[in-house]
Amino acid sequence: MSSLLRAPSQQLVKISQTLSEITGPLFTQEVARAKACDLTRQHAGDAIGERIIVSGRVMDEDGRPVPNTLIEIWQANAAGRYFHSVDQHNAPLDPNFTGCGQAASDAGGRYRFVSIRPGAYPWRNHHNAWRPSHVHLSVFGPAFATRLVTQMYFPGDPLLPFDPIYNCTADEQARQRLISVFDWDSTVPDQALGYRFDFILRGRDATPFETKP
Amino acid sequence: MSLPATTSQTVGPYFRLGCDPLNCSEMAAPGVAGERITIQGRVLDGNGDGVPDAMLEIWQADANGRYAHPEDLQEDDKERLPGANFSGFGRIPTDEQGMFKFSTIKPGPVPWPDGKPQAPHLVVSIFMRGLLIRLVTRIYFANNPHNDADYVLRLVSPERRATLMASPAAGDKDVLEWNVFLQGKSETVFFDI
Repeated sequence: MSSLLRAPSQQLVKISQTLSEITGPLFTQEVARAKACDLTRQHAGDAIGERIIVSGRVMDEDGRPVPNTLIEIWQANAAGRYFHSVDQHNAPLDPNFTGCGQAASDAGGRYRFVSIRPGAYPWRNHHNAWRPSHVHLSVFGPAFATRLVTQMYFPGDPLLPFDPIYNCTADEQARQRLISVFDWDSTVPDQALGYRFDFILRGRDATPFETKP
Repeated sequence: MSLPATTSQTVGPYFRLGCDPLNCSEMAAPGVAGERITIQGRVLDGNGDGVPDAMLEIWQADANGRYAHPEDLQEDDKERLPGANFSGFGRIPTDEQGMFKFSTIKPGPVPWPDGKPQAPHLVVSIFMRGLLIRLVTRIYFANNPHNDADYVLRLVSPERRATLMASPAAGDKDVLEWNVFLQGKSETVFFDI
């Protein structure tokens, strides 16, 4: 696998966070373009598939909301195909679904996307390898130190125990937290099923300026 | 109370689908004050082959050493807003050969908590398929007089510090070269922050 040639072999050098790490890029709400948070309505027609709401909160490790932060998502369509030239899986593309979204968290750290439940897809990592349904999520948070990219899975997916990517996260509880929770509260009657996924951003040292006189 | 942080997972092979909208390799608009610089290089794997599906994210201060961020409360000039028209953010995917290139302004020195300056630097995240989590590194400027006293550089063994230095490119003195070696004898220094 490519990771064997890509993972650094030397130990990381541990440094204290400085001003460079406790600051980070901020994005205005305008960056999350108007249609960007509804992936089902970015084209002339409706996207095909089971509509879902992906929503939740962005928080720090003390449970405080992280407001006004940018979240980017990308995913396969309902048939398990990415709108990307590298993806040559023989499932159909949907001309009305690109699979790219952006949203900003509100003052309470809440965010919300409307999308399509992505399909599972084969990826040739090993014999009969299929990735479980998942959504890629990228969040900046308030600082360079809080930057996070992860993947969200769906409850009850039978492929999860067999997926090397999901199982790359060694800690079982940490892995479980990557599985979204089916959520009646965000489910929209006659329209879409709700799945909740909260982000807890690690990050800043509690006292980055402890050496300050 | 401390909640367990959400764990990182690989960006996979298709991240450009979601990340390209924010690509930015011309970080400073024409009116932004400061010395204009262009930095280019390659991301190279353990075989010395270019990594064609990596993405760099840059974060840096402006020419006065100010970050466009509310945490940058440098007491001496509170009234001045940091950054103003310079966001300090760049996002650059590598091309088929693993090359990247971006233009910006040279950042000023930013303070270390004791008030002494850090040497001018850019902080960098590197994402790619095959890695569980981003790599974090820094770009410094070769022969900068502040380098010798820089706290972070002093934590790096002297023989590895050169991996963090951008230097004038051999064929083009207007361009600074900085390469990322993921493995090998000149493996780039990566940080745990």
